[in-house]
Amino acid sequence: MTNLKDFRQVFEKAQESNKKIYQICEMNEAELSELPVEEIRKKVKVNLDAMKAAIAQGLKSQEKSMSGLCGDDCAKLLKMYDKQTSLFSKTYQKVLLYSFATIEQNLRMGKIVACPTAGSCGIVPAVILAMAEDLEANEEVQINALITAGLIGQIVSNKLALAGAVAGCQSECGVAAAMASAALVEMKNGTNEQILNAAALTLKNIMGLVCDPVAGLVEVPCVKRNAFLSIYAVTGAELALAGIKSVIPIDEIVDAMKQVGELMSPTLKESSDAGLATTKTGLEITANLAQKWQNSTQK
Amino acid sequence: MDKRKTLFDVIGPIIVGPSSSHTAGAVRIGYLAGQIFGEIPQSVTFKLYNSFAKTGKGHGTDKGLLGGVLGMDVDNEGIKSAFDYAKKLNVEYSFEYAQDYGRHPNSVDISLVSQNNRMEISGISLGAGEVCINRINGYKFNINGDYDTIVLIYKDKPGMVYRVTALLQGHNINIATMHCDRNAKGQEASMGICIDGHLNEDVFKELEMIDEVYLIRHIEVLKK
Repeated sequence: MTNLKDFRQVFEKAQESNKKIYQICEMNEAELSELPVEEIRKKVKVNLDAMKAAIAQGLKSQEKSMSGLCGDDCAKLLKMYDKQTSLFSKTYQKVLLYSFATIEQNLRMGKIVACPTAGSCGIVPAVILAMAEDLEANEEVQINALITAGLIGQIVSNKLALAGAVAGCQSECGVAAAMASAALVEMKNGTNEQILNAAALTLKNIMGLVCDPVAGLVEVPCVKRNAFLSIYAVTGAELALAGIKSVIPIDEIVDAMKQVGELMSPTLKESSDAGLATTKTGLEITANLAQKWQNSTQK
Repeated sequence: MDKRKTLFDVIGPIIVGPSSSHTAGAVRIGYLAGQIFGEIPQSVTFKLYNSFAKTGKGHGTDKGLLGGVLGMDVDNEGIKSAFDYAKKLNVEYSFEYAQDYGRHPNSVDISLVSQNNRMEISGISLGAGEVCINRINGYKFNINGDYDTIVLIYKDKPGMVYRVTALLQGHNINIATMHCDRNAKGQEASMGICIDGHLNEDVFKELEMIDEVYLIRHIEVLKK
């Protein structure tokens, strides 16, 4: 088991030794895997590079998923980006673009980094890499950010299984957003307290999110949800950097999320027996796909 | 016992999508089954159960299983075209779909056939890319790829477990876990042994020399 039990312990350890949270995480990982810290950072870089590759490929493709439900939305955003029409800024659009690029790679069986899961793989890379370009953050800074994100996910997962089937989407896209918020604060050189507050604010406001995918596929609502929660993650970072604090400490929020996950009906935990999956349209799509796949099996 | 969660359980693994349980897990089950079979089969049939059967098409579970049997790893972008690859290798493949709520939601039975070999291997996908091969030719196993694993099917007679474990002890190899099963007294029995570290080829050759071992395989730890 990891010897980092909860956020309070991580925070105290970091403050005592005058270190950033990512340093506590990489030292802990190095100790437990009996590798030098540089090796841990090299392994993180491999994942960071895979995230960049997924975005680069995703931006070029319009190939649809096997179901045909999703896959060409990134291209629509890209067109708008090129026309320089945006409600906010280029960076805002870029976060959305990178998120769509990554999650659409996932649904067309491209190579992605599960972060923390495949269905939520478009949030952390979108926030870190779009903002890194804006901030001109170098690779070392990006790695620090990704390790910060990892620490958030790791500590949450001590208590809460990161799986829609166990605790709903709050534990997949919700946790991914908290990871991204914390990463962004680290990139902006925020304090340890601000990092944990960013994660806390983000988690707190996504609590209860259900996992109700249409036809059981990682497509509807997952694709667009990745984009929405990427922007949402930026909000958490913005508030925390302004010095806004979560009234409820992050460890208690995780306990509450676990409780909410347990109270959530099993029909809303990746079983596609309620919610969007059983709307009129959701059921029609499910029936059509079942027919399509039966035909393809008989061929 | 729960496995220790590492940073790379959260940042990673690198896989081809769309699902860690229904795609990456399927690849790993197929891969382990292929290693246990020991050669590229001439034909392979997959029987998918429950959630694997219901949502497998949309998750590429079929391509993942087949790609795995043909030796592909979870991050191989060729998994998407596993059907074409199988055709190129002249491997016949087919899929069957069934519901059986007595089985795990993500279960598959794999029948592999070659000129001189025929095996039945079952696996389950546990979520987050974790898998378990739980049956080989009717014998219970628990192979998850976390360790170098030795699979043996042999004549059920006194002293077999001792011979195998003594041989490992002689090479200073520590056994992490061990599972035994048999069909009937005095007929056939099985052992699945997970060891710490890497099993070298010379030790494996010595194990192969033990009398009345009908099948022996060395399954290397999965790259994770």
